[in-house]
Amino acid sequence: MMVRRLLIANRGEIAVRIMRTCRRLGVETVLAVSAADRDSPPARLADRTVVIGPADPARSYLDVDAVVGAARATGADAIHPGYGFLAENPRLAAACAAAGVVFVGPTETQLAAAGDKLAARGHAVAAGLPVLPGGEVRDVRAARRLADEIGWPVLVKAVGGGGGRGMKKVGGPAELADTIELAMAEAGAAFADPRVYLERFVPAGRHVEVQIAGDGERVVQLGERDCSIQRRYQKLVEEAPAPCLGDAVRAGLHAAAVAFGRRLRYRGLGTVEFLVDGDAFYFLELNARIQVEHPVTEAVYGVDLVAEQLAIAEGRPLRPELTAATPAGHAIECRINAEDWTHGFRPSPGTVTAAVFPAGDGVRVDTHLQPGARVPPHYDSLLAKLIVHGADRAAALERLRGALTRCRIDGVSTNLPMYAELTRHPEFAAGGVDTAWFPGFLGFLGFLGDRQGDEGGGRG
Amino acid sequence: MNLTDDDVRDILRLLDSLPFTELRLETDSFRLALRRGADGEWTQAGEVLSAPNELETGASAHPDAGGHADAGANTDKGGGGSPAAARDGLLEVRAPLLGTFYRAPRPGAEPFVEVGDLVEEHTVVGIIETMKLMNSVPAGVRGKVVEILVANAEFAERDAVLMLVAPE
Repeated sequence: MMVRRLLIANRGEIAVRIMRTCRRLGVETVLAVSAADRDSPPARLADRTVVIGPADPARSYLDVDAVVGAARATGADAIHPGYGFLAENPRLAAACAAAGVVFVGPTETQLAAAGDKLAARGHAVAAGLPVLPGGEVRDVRAARRLADEIGWPVLVKAVGGGGGRGMKKVGGPAELADTIELAMAEAGAAFADPRVYLERFVPAGRHVEVQIAGDGERVVQLGERDCSIQRRYQKLVEEAPAPCLGDAVRAGLHAAAVAFGRRLRYRGLGTVEFLVDGDAFYFLELNARIQVEHPVTEAVYGVDLVAEQLAIAEGRPLRPELTAATPAGHAIECRINAEDWTHGFRPSPGTVTAAVFPAGDGVRVDTHLQPGARVPPHYDSLLAKLIVHGADRAAALERLRGALTRCRIDGVSTNLPMYAELTRHPEFAAGGVDTAWFPGFLGFLGFLGDRQGDEGGGRG
Repeated sequence: MNLTDDDVRDILRLLDSLPFTELRLETDSFRLALRRGADGEWTQAGEVLSAPNELETGASAHPDAGGHADAGANTDKGGGGSPAAARDGLLEVRAPLLGTFYRAPRPGAEPFVEVGDLVEEHTVVGIIETMKLMNSVPAGVRGKVVEILVANAEFAERDAVLMLVAPE
């Protein structure tokens, strides 16, 4: 079947991103919004907008019945969930099937397998992928036993989590009880599933993920992305390809991702996340959705992943646009967030008064901002993604430095100045840093800031 | 914003061959300003002008979907003024930032504190979720909890009084 009218069950930049592709393909868009977003730029951009509930996401963007009801009421033949919210919720896939609406995403079974991180670990093992030592723990005593067995420090992860949420490092037995409690708290509140599991903590790993796409029969990969610049497990910078990675590791990652997709007979877009430690790598999780950082892959491979996602949802086999795509050059993305990075990254909701972005060759900005746009406290803090593409990493980085100077967002605090510092740093410029590097870099900047304050001078 | 990046790039290619440093486009549905800086590089500022084409459907049957009920319901929760300060020397526990207040570490669990409990400065009395981040709320004062003013899962403004504590 053809998707003619698509309901987008999301907000912010990804809603705008999906609409772009729809407009190009001649697909009509219906945007399902909460009351807080009814006048947002995405609501103005959509062909039609329907309010599905109040600002509280639990009663709007996370309400399966409200979303499917809106699709039926507006005659939409498909639902695109974006990322976050209901994107990986098997209940939405099931409700779509029951209502005769196409769900743009994997099958209900695949979502369940990916969403239960322990089940996903099991599939990874079955498909021959390496995983970190670990397993489920039901209480603090069991956690203590397992941690002693696999060795400290350990990571506590939410079984229903992913995307870095509900994940905490525990250095030693003394912190274990409190951390398990808090992890279960976050998991219960965020995913309605308080189960947690442990994995051995790797101090100097890199976060590298592989983009896959499947049609239920065939699975292909579109290279990897390095997402090692993170703070508290939230990605800030992503690039493709991963710099300073050995050919054998790179090929191994690609093959492992495809093997995992085949094991699930995967249908849709997915991202297989790995921890790379030297020449070794370990499966972390499968993200069964379009990823925030998908534009770096699009830039390097010259594909429109949302268009391919729609084609797969229509039941078509993988198209040559995808299977014949080859990589060229290097792309880097920065996530511009509404947070005050000089005050512990405190979230900064408010109203945007100015939004100016760079334009030109090799520069892409995905955003939902314009003057007057509100940044509500109810949702995440992503304001815009700045993506640059160059012939090689040095060219992309040079382009990024220039592009950053041409971004201006007024009305809310943003982390833009942080990227100006980051892209000037020689170790970042050299490439291939691990996930421990960025927190150290922030600490170093903090130290500099204090010193400047003491001396009463700036660096000009 | 109705234009894609490719559209903007095509316009810029055209402009690059011309002596202009600024282009302003405005239609009924959008406004776009392109400016060339001293370094020859371009910036864009876009704005969607069209009003949302909002549909009335049975799906928006939530009683409070149409209004700003969240903000409205909050005004009597001590968000602005400090009437609580006047109450017989009671100490206030205030929200460190705006967001959803949770009294318990997870759904179904025992609340962090109940009326009558003793708290220290560092006792965690709740969680505020803002932009998906869970922020624990320390009491910040010592004493006995005498009143809890914001219910579980209610929205709290920054500095809203969450609890009243009698100094011990």
